[in-house]
Amino acid sequence: MTTMTSATTPEPAALLDVRDLSVVFHGSHGDVEAVSEVSFSVRPGEHVALVGESGSGKSVTSLAVMGLLPTRSAKVEGSIRYDGDDLLAMTDHERRDLRGAEMAMIFQDPMTSLNPVVPIGVQIGEVLQRHKAMTGRQARNESGDLLARVGIADGSRRLGEYPHQLSGGMRQRVLIAIALACEPRLLIADEPTTALDVTIQAQILELLRELVSGTGTALVMITHDLGVVAGLCDQVHVMYAGRVVESAPRRPLFARPRHPYTGGLLRSIPRLDAPRGEPLTPIPGSPNDALSWAAGCAFAPRCGNRIDRCTSQTPELAAQHAYEPGYEQALRCFNPIGEETS
Amino acid sequence: MLRFTLRRLALLVPVLFGLSILLFVWIRALPGDPARSLLGERATPEGIRQIRALYGFDKPLVEQYWAYLGQLVTFDFGSSIRDGRPVTDTFLEQFPATVELAFFAIVFAVVLGIPLGYAAARRRGELVDGAVITGSLIGVVIPVFFLAILLKLVFAIQLDWFPTSSRQDARIDATHITNFYVLDGLLTREFDAAWDAIVHLVLPAVALGTIPLAIIVRITRASVSEVLNEDYVRTAEAKGLHPQVVRRRHVLRNAMLPVLTTIGLQVGLLLSGAVLTESVFAFNGIGSYLFDAIAQRDYPVLQGYILFIALIYSLVNLAVDIGYGLIDPRVRVS
Amino acid sequence: MTAQLPTLPTGPAAGPGDGATVVGESLLRGAWHRLRRSPLAVAGAVIVLLFVLVALAAPLLAPYEPASTQWAGDVTPQSVPGPSADHVLGLDSFGSDMLTQLLYGARQSLIVGVVSTLLGLSVGAALGISAGGLGGKVDTAVMRLVDILLSIPSLLLAVSVAAVMGQSQLSVMIAIGVAQVPIFARLLRGSMLSQSRSDYVLAAGALGIRRRRIVLGHVLPNSLGPTIVQATLSLATAIIEVAALSFLGLGDSDPAVAEWGRMLVAAQERFGNDPRLAVYPGVCIAITALGFTLFGEALREALDPRQRR
Repeated sequence: MTTMTSATTPEPAALLDVRDLSVVFHGSHGDVEAVSEVSFSVRPGEHVALVGESGSGKSVTSLAVMGLLPTRSAKVEGSIRYDGDDLLAMTDHERRDLRGAEMAMIFQDPMTSLNPVVPIGVQIGEVLQRHKAMTGRQARNESGDLLARVGIADGSRRLGEYPHQLSGGMRQRVLIAIALACEPRLLIADEPTTALDVTIQAQILELLRELVSGTGTALVMITHDLGVVAGLCDQVHVMYAGRVVESAPRRPLFARPRHPYTGGLLRSIPRLDAPRGEPLTPIPGSPNDALSWAAGCAFAPRCGNRIDRCTSQTPELAAQHAYEPGYEQALRCFNPIGEETS
Repeated sequence: MLRFTLRRLALLVPVLFGLSILLFVWIRALPGDPARSLLGERATPEGIRQIRALYGFDKPLVEQYWAYLGQLVTFDFGSSIRDGRPVTDTFLEQFPATVELAFFAIVFAVVLGIPLGYAAARRRGELVDGAVITGSLIGVVIPVFFLAILLKLVFAIQLDWFPTSSRQDARIDATHITNFYVLDGLLTREFDAAWDAIVHLVLPAVALGTIPLAIIVRITRASVSEVLNEDYVRTAEAKGLHPQVVRRRHVLRNAMLPVLTTIGLQVGLLLSGAVLTESVFAFNGIGSYLFDAIAQRDYPVLQGYILFIALIYSLVNLAVDIGYGLIDPRVRVS
Repeated sequence: MTAQLPTLPTGPAAGPGDGATVVGESLLRGAWHRLRRSPLAVAGAVIVLLFVLVALAAPLLAPYEPASTQWAGDVTPQSVPGPSADHVLGLDSFGSDMLTQLLYGARQSLIVGVVSTLLGLSVGAALGISAGGLGGKVDTAVMRLVDILLSIPSLLLAVSVAAVMGQSQLSVMIAIGVAQVPIFARLLRGSMLSQSRSDYVLAAGALGIRRRRIVLGHVLPNSLGPTIVQATLSLATAIIEVAALSFLGLGDSDPAVAEWGRMLVAAQERFGNDPRLAVYPGVCIAITALGFTLFGEALREALDPRQRR
């Protein structure tokens, strides 16, 4: 957990500070705004979740932070500050120096995220050679240790193996080893367990928690699964159709969700302590039904709390009274849960 | 890896066996008396008797086939009807010339094709891409011999940049050890001779290499575009690797797999294309000899050369398969 | 042996993608929309259409009778009369009207191209379908034969056949057709096999639908797309190979038939002085082949279900 701030001193400098981020893709069918008005910050050691369904812009946000969006087709605007430096003002070279060393990412699908024709030892070692100026032999030794640390027994002997010789869970462990090889201060995990079997999911999450806690590594967890959030994250940002709709610390978010979309996400998680026979409540419709934010709230068509204003006026993200100091709390809704107007 | 190679090699046996049967039937399917048709208008009673003895046409078919097979495994394909020389001899003599030509053609195609295809994939939908695609389309549809004639007219006759024909200037008294003229020139340190041989190779190699070039460009473009969208390329980029490392180790190594297969398949195109190009440039390889053999229905040569070419083609593709296994670990285990 | 090679990502042998459960109306309509949007496809279609129209209407369009050599006297070893009022494109090396010969040449290319492709398609499809559908020994036997045929470069295969058959139009068509057989056989077998393993065929089998009906009702229609694509591309190859056979002296020897390849070959001697003689037929061959190639490629991309967004 992070250091608490006293009332007089400003909160500690954020490691990552994203302000008014917007990402527009130019395609043959015109421009598509994938992300807009996204702001959040991550302090050293903090665990932040970006939550939303597919298409909510959470992955695009993380790719923008990493600088992995295609430069030809994606226009990134706003500011992304890392350790005080504006990433968007950096040269490609400067950003490459940060990637893999200072900030690293774990991807969703371990089956396709490893190069099939390169031994895993090389795939781990190359990041060490790139950023830590290690020789091949040093990188090899270190890679073996890393594999052991992510729970692959006999790590140093498996360096010559190829991805197809490993199971999905093993491959995700390799990807985690790659991401953590240079002890990054910021780790972004994009749905790291979605593609895995349920039993493996828990193991991988547990591994991630072990590896990032106590090292001061800040974690940005991208997920659609609030269950993942509950066990791992301090601060949550819920995204819908490219914008943040609710920001809150974990506890108030789970206890008192304000945005109807957050409420919907929570109600669709199966709970063991729910009364027997109570049906799960899915959110009606699908993210494809999202309208643009231009003419009202994009969630309005699927929203049970919809009032007239929702379809005529675009709600702004408004800061809320913070229940816990040091956390961000904000809401983008005209008719939040608990204070319905009609 | 060894088992993989042996298994592939074993698969070659039935193919060659079947091919021998096919060619056996083919010779007998020639219209009229096979001996007479083998000799064509030049048939003399003496010639016909020779052919009959050579192919054993008087014996039962099965016996004939065994005799024929016996000849094949000892690489005895009979002799040319035109010059009476053993087919195997002329083939071995001319083969280096065609290999040299095919080598330069494929080098031309690969050295130009892979970077062009890569650039097109990188800038998909932009002007470069359009130009490369258009160029490659034109490359595939021009008849090889038309292109050869065109190149000869423009660059040899009108601009006089390159010689019009042959493998080496007749005035150069070069020593030939291997019959690969360029290699010979290098081995004997007669660099003038080597350079002259290279100059003679340029136009035929370009004519022969154009279709493979066009095909390699297209396959490279398709394959690289696909690989560029792969998750593992993004993983590599997330490591902050230098773009060159990403390109070499992560993009090209994967993208080259289908390209490698294509190059192997091009060998067949090169060997048959040589029949069309070599004759235009009076280049003394198997192609121009085969061209004359076709024109004069020199069936022993036709049969022997086709069998040789099929054998080489199969072996090259076998080598490509093995090379594929070396690059792609997934093939090795399967 | 090439049958064991890994399939190219864009190769004709690549089976239909997993989305191709049934070539439904929406797929066809989507394909049509994508075709119309692509300028290359439109260009290809226009060339193909023009070519077919010219080929069919040659007798109406041509100013003279085909292969009429009534001006042969004007042709000297040194020169061939160029464009004039009577002959818009001049004479060809045989002393016939160039335009007339080019128009009738289109007709000849169309006939030979279509017949040889149909021949290669029907024999190849029969082999491929029986191999893929019956499996077992039939499959092994057919695939061995295909391997053998593929071990000979296709032009040499055509040469061997043409050499046996003698010089005639029929022989050229058979020779080129035979060279296409292994390609179609492999394509259809691959398509059949990939679909036999697909969920919808398994589902149909589980419902107790007879195998023959599954093959005829589901599997074959789904192989149609790649087959049409390959046939279009084969037409391009055929048109070029006709010319190559002519160049090798194995073409149709009937002087009454106008044929681009032979015009090109005859012009070779005069190429230095009068490139026009070779350039006209050469460009005709290239443009026609280009049209079919463009159209075939565009068709392939349009029919690829993975292209659907």
